[in-house]
Amino acid sequence: MPIYGTAILGLCLIIGTLLGQLIGRAMGIDRNLGGVGIAMLLLIIFTDRLRTSGRLTPPTQSGILFWSAIYIPIVVAMAATQNVRAALTGGWAAVAAGTLSVMICFTLVPFISGPSGPDDDAVDGGRDS
Amino acid sequence: MSEILQVLEATATKYSLVTAFAAVGCVVWISYWTAEHLTRGRMHGSAIAIMIGLLLAWIGGTVTDGKRGLADIEFLAGFGIMGGAMLRDLAIVATAFGVRLDEFVKTGVRGIVSLLAGVLVSFMIGAIVAWSFGYRDAVSMATLGGGAATYIVGPVTGSALGASSDIIALSVAAGLIKSILVMTLTPFVAGYIGLNNPRSALIFGGLMGTTSGVAGGLAATDERLVPYGAMTATFYTGLGCLLGPSVVFLLIQTAVG
Repeated sequence: MPIYGTAILGLCLIIGTLLGQLIGRAMGIDRNLGGVGIAMLLLIIFTDRLRTSGRLTPPTQSGILFWSAIYIPIVVAMAATQNVRAALTGGWAAVAAGTLSVMICFTLVPFISGPSGPDDDAVDGGRDS
Repeated sequence: MSEILQVLEATATKYSLVTAFAAVGCVVWISYWTAEHLTRGRMHGSAIAIMIGLLLAWIGGTVTDGKRGLADIEFLAGFGIMGGAMLRDLAIVATAFGVRLDEFVKTGVRGIVSLLAGVLVSFMIGAIVAWSFGYRDAVSMATLGGGAATYIVGPVTGSALGASSDIIALSVAAGLIKSILVMTLTPFVAGYIGLNNPRSALIFGGLMGTTSGVAGGLAATDERLVPYGAMTATFYTGLGCLLGPSVVFLLIQTAVG
């Protein structure tokens, strides 16, 4: 049943948010610290368990996949409800933050990937594409 | 005629969330059509759709003089539910589904280093930019820092920390600019940064993080590299949502007092 998948998803988000709030309290801040990230980890671990034990049936998966597929439209709705008019007064901050982060991360690529060598194709671990 | 419009408006108001689904569907359809036919796939449909979303928010704000974009127009109030924190967080968590832990382990130390470097460097740049533009409280700095990571990490960080809507909008715009730049510039810089093999594509995905930007940019560079970059990029938003409103915020708070 698809609702099982959606229920798992909902549960992960609730538990993640709860843990985020508790971490916030522990740090002396009344905020949700990392709750969405914790929920993502919970979902990965939980569904991985279910998958290996063969209990993650396609209908159950569809209850999660729908929400995953609708995420860009939800982001579009989110964008359409922001206070863009007020943000435009600080517009150059957005341009500067976006542009600088791209430029600096581009230059970091060769530093982390190091000199290319014959082992380059070994990374794919059998992935064929 | 005006009677029909009245009934239509009443219905649209009553079923506001459904109205929002239909309206967003139209926006997405127009955007993907434009991406395919007018930019020939150079720009991802999602980036165009979010841009239209921001434009609509501006129109809504101008028409109603409110702060919640389109949601301040009565019959479009459903946008506020659809794009609100509740459904947004649910959908973002759902995107983690299908990520395999063993796949991630396979990307190795370099993949993890690139992810951490990508997330932390973006936050740092965004926070410094915010500070130099006069947003000097830790919440605003962390939020714009999140926007410099991706247009998801910004709002998630911002709403977890209680940032104001204009800062969140700014962070969405920053993330969008990043996504568009990665999409369009990647083919031109690929040669200079050694982006021609699976390993560098993995690292590129981890450093850039914007899934749509990485997928679009790599597709325009060499389509065979897309899965490698996309794989690490999918971890980026999760990591950003985990670190942003926690470790990074606390670090910024310590730094600015």
